[in-house]
Amino acid sequence: MSVVTVQLGQCGNQVGYEFFDILCSDLHSKPGHSTKRENDYYQTVCKEQFFHEEECGDLVTRAVLVDMEPKVVSKTLSMAGRSGKWKYDISSQFSQKQGCGNNWANGYCVHGPKHQDIVMDLVRKQVEKCDRLGGFFTIMSMAGGTGSGMGTFLTRCLRDAYPDSLLLNQVIWPYGTGEVIVQNYNSILTLSHLYRSSDALLVHENDIIHKVCSQLMNIKQISFRDVNKVIAHQLGSIFQPVYTSEEALHYCRNPLGELMECLVPHPEYKMLGLRNIPQMSEHSLAYSTFNWNGLLKHLRQMLIANAKMEEGINWHVRPPSQPTAEKTSLRKELQFNTSVANLAILRGKDVQTASLEGFRDPPLYTPWLSPDDAFTLWKTPRAFNKYEKSATLVSNSQFLLKPLDNIVGKAWNMFASKAYVHQYTKFGIDEEEFLETFTTLEQIIASYTNL
Amino acid sequence: MTQSIVVQVGQCGNQIGCRFWDLALREHASVNKKGIFDEALCSFFRNVDTRAEAGGADAQRGKICSLKARAVLIDMEEGVVNEILQGPLRDLFDSKQLITDVSGSGNNWAVGHKLYGGQYREHIVENLRRTAEQCDCLQCFFVIHSMGGGTGSGLGTFVLNVLEEEFPEVYRFVTSVYPSAEDDVITSPYNSVLAMKELTEHADCVLPIENQALVDIVNKINQMANTGKLGNVKSNSLLTSNKGGIKENEKPFDAMNNIVANLLLNLTSSARFEGSLNMDLNEISMNLVPFPQLHYLTSSLTPLYTLADVNVPTRRLDQMFSDAFSKDHQLIRADPKHSLYLACALMVRGNVQISDLRRNIERLKPFLQFVSWNQEGWKTGLCSVPPVGHSHSLLALANNTCVKPTFIELRDRFSKLYRKKAHLHHYMQVDGMEQHCFTEAISSLSSLIEEYSQLDASKGIHVSYPPRLNII
Ligand SMILES: Nc1nc2c(ncn2[C@@H]2O[C@H](COP(=O)(O)OP(=O)(O)OP(=O)(O)O)[C@@H](O)[C@H]2O)c(=O)[nH]1
Ligand SMILES: Nc1nc2c(ncn2[C@@H]2O[C@H](COP(=O)(O)OP(=O)(O)OP(=O)(O)O)[C@@H](O)[C@H]2O)c(=O)[nH]1
Ligand SMILES: [Mg+2]
Ligand SMILES: [Mg+2]
Repeated sequence: MSVVTVQLGQCGNQVGYEFFDILCSDLHSKPGHSTKRENDYYQTVCKEQFFHEEECGDLVTRAVLVDMEPKVVSKTLSMAGRSGKWKYDISSQFSQKQGCGNNWANGYCVHGPKHQDIVMDLVRKQVEKCDRLGGFFTIMSMAGGTGSGMGTFLTRCLRDAYPDSLLLNQVIWPYGTGEVIVQNYNSILTLSHLYRSSDALLVHENDIIHKVCSQLMNIKQISFRDVNKVIAHQLGSIFQPVYTSEEALHYCRNPLGELMECLVPHPEYKMLGLRNIPQMSEHSLAYSTFNWNGLLKHLRQMLIANAKMEEGINWHVRPPSQPTAEKTSLRKELQFNTSVANLAILRGKDVQTASLEGFRDPPLYTPWLSPDDAFTLWKTPRAFNKYEKSATLVSNSQFLLKPLDNIVGKAWNMFASKAYVHQYTKFGIDEEEFLETFTTLEQIIASYTNL
Repeated sequence: MTQSIVVQVGQCGNQIGCRFWDLALREHASVNKKGIFDEALCSFFRNVDTRAEAGGADAQRGKICSLKARAVLIDMEEGVVNEILQGPLRDLFDSKQLITDVSGSGNNWAVGHKLYGGQYREHIVENLRRTAEQCDCLQCFFVIHSMGGGTGSGLGTFVLNVLEEEFPEVYRFVTSVYPSAEDDVITSPYNSVLAMKELTEHADCVLPIENQALVDIVNKINQMANTGKLGNVKSNSLLTSNKGGIKENEKPFDAMNNIVANLLLNLTSSARFEGSLNMDLNEISMNLVPFPQLHYLTSSLTPLYTLADVNVPTRRLDQMFSDAFSKDHQLIRADPKHSLYLACALMVRGNVQISDLRRNIERLKPFLQFVSWNQEGWKTGLCSVPPVGHSHSLLALANNTCVKPTFIELRDRFSKLYRKKAHLHHYMQVDGMEQHCFTEAISSLSSLIEEYSQLDASKGIHVSYPPRLNII
């Protein structure tokens, strides 16, 4: 099955580019210990998912590029053209002359409706090129105007036009001290609206990825490109072909569908966070060996202690011993991270020897889902992106509770002084709508808190 | 990409405008080596086919034929504009873009605003419309004027009203030069206060510039150059000299005006050139103006006093960020560090990455005070094209209560004159000018000052945040 990607705004386009670039470079990188047959099959499935092949063999993405200003899209197209490995379908882009000016309302209420037909037409053309459509993957930031506002509006349009297809929104969470002052307003509006139309939100926090770049990758002067490469790597580690069950003879051909099935058991919980291990510079990678037990031990502790990355994990956090009523208070003390559902994806050598029992511990999960339903394992012996072994954990858990609470808190303080609200009213988002948005988000926070 | 139109009014406006066009040409020439008319050039220039049969039509893309500035030049005397027309920049303008009269406004706001305003309204509208029609996506008007004289201040703010009526969708950014205390124009406090009311009501953003601040900067540069501390400043500095621009011999205001011209270039750089985090013009008011009338943005430019080498080590780069918050880099005489920030934007050019921004924001934040509801009020932009002759540069824009002393000083000078009714009759003679124009102008200024005072009063006080919504 194929996935149509929609990349929106500056962030969406810059991240999208790195995503496709990593998929392609992974296709051509050493397959590790998998057989030639296995590797060929891996390549076929990856291509089917995200690319169509031209007669000359060129890989063309199943993607639509959207931005309200021209500079980013044209740069992205030309960079892809120069990569030599893959390219965008140049007729599959839409840009205008002037960005949304970091105004969610401008994107959602003005530009979205105005350009809906053209953009949906571009989407439809991509859909028609798919033998079977698995769903949509949209990439956007929450803080700006185009990705967030227009992205939210288009997600709604996709939901209406393709009611049976799956929608996964890749959302880039802004830095705490942002690049945009009104980012908290834009973010809450994005989240509350996406919660209505999207099937799941996969979140990457810029602050965390930035830390990964500096502490794990040892990059001195970190650019958005560096950040985006890490995000792309993490995304690739989810979407590249993988066996989704023990007995499977074939690579999963519907990754979106299976992802949602195992991670989103209830519509009140659709915020997905991601942790991966190992993550390091190519230089260090050359001098490192890993064993699955070590990797998974770390990954598990990252999960339960809600560590953002491999460094600085709090090893004192333990699952609560008995799942009783006093559980909540105990957890709060230890900052234990409770999950709705988790998915581990392992790639590389000897993957069959890895033991995941630690992830099936009942206290890790809510009482209303059995660990067998709440935990899923996908794997493949095919190495991913130069890492001989790598593990990724996609988690529907309290990972995002704190950043969410922060954003809502800051937006609320600003809203109480009515600052910047006039910029939104101008385009039709009034105080009433803001209040509804706050209510939706407080509800989401409450749901995750009470897990 | 979008286009912007510069409306330069009065002597000061036209002289700054002139420096702007010269430096803009130089900047584009250094980026655009092939002589192709590209999107970036298109934002401030038209490419006109000068062959007779084309009849002055726009030659769209391709080779540069003849560049015309997207500008309207207005002065109620002829001297300055004529000089431009005889100078090296003459080919940038054609006579249709000019609106002049012969006698000037005699440092009288009322003459500029009421008399010439009424008289030239049609002419101005027609001129603006024609210039606007030559744009396929007009985003912003940049009005450049002084506050102290008659034409820039009076007619300039009249134009601002016209722009709002005729082009409500297009942003209005105003660069306003405030008179220094020793200004030779005696009536400058009247003119400035009368103009302030218009700026407060009709502009989207105002970039106040104080001549005294410009003088201080220029003096300091000269002093440093003369004492040999910075041997090469004089000859190469983008700010002090016109070298590389078309006009080589300097006039008294040139060094000062170059600073303002650079402000405008840096302000628009991210809209014209690519970067990893673009900051379009419409993002400026969205992020920096929390309440419609509090739209006065103080600016600081770095590097000002030194030329950064290519491949500067980190310390130098960080120095640039520190400097942007120091008193002697501000384009008004003010101290943002000891006042209250409502919002702050950092627009960086050149080889600077997101980690440099993050590091410096983290480093500087503890020394700055932000209003309680905008503790993280930072807006940033990264444009990959540096200014000519530099490896990187920074423009900091601040919505900060530090503008208040400038406004208070202005009000005091106004009151001194007004108490004695000095020179009032010159104003009252003008048709349409009434006493209430003065009283309304001063009360508008006072209430603006009051708003800043209230914000200032919240400084340092612990504010309790409103309780969050309860979900039951
Ligand atoms: N990780 C990452 N974040 C980015 C990138 N570019 C921008 N951002 C983040 O995205 C937010 C700004 O949103 P943009 O994507 O630039 O905005 P836009 O969607 O283009 O919307 P407008 O420009 O307002 O029309 C900020 O939080 C930035 O930190 C990028 O390449 N990578
Ligand atoms: N920075 C700067 N200030 C100037 C320049 N020319 C004049 N000024 C200042 O502007 C104020 C006087 O206004 P002008 O612009 O000369 O007056 P005008 O708008 O032409 O109006 P009238 O001459 O009265 O018709 C004084 O404060 C001058 O110091 C200039 O080129 N640069
Ligand atoms: Mg943008
Ligand atoms: Mg004059």
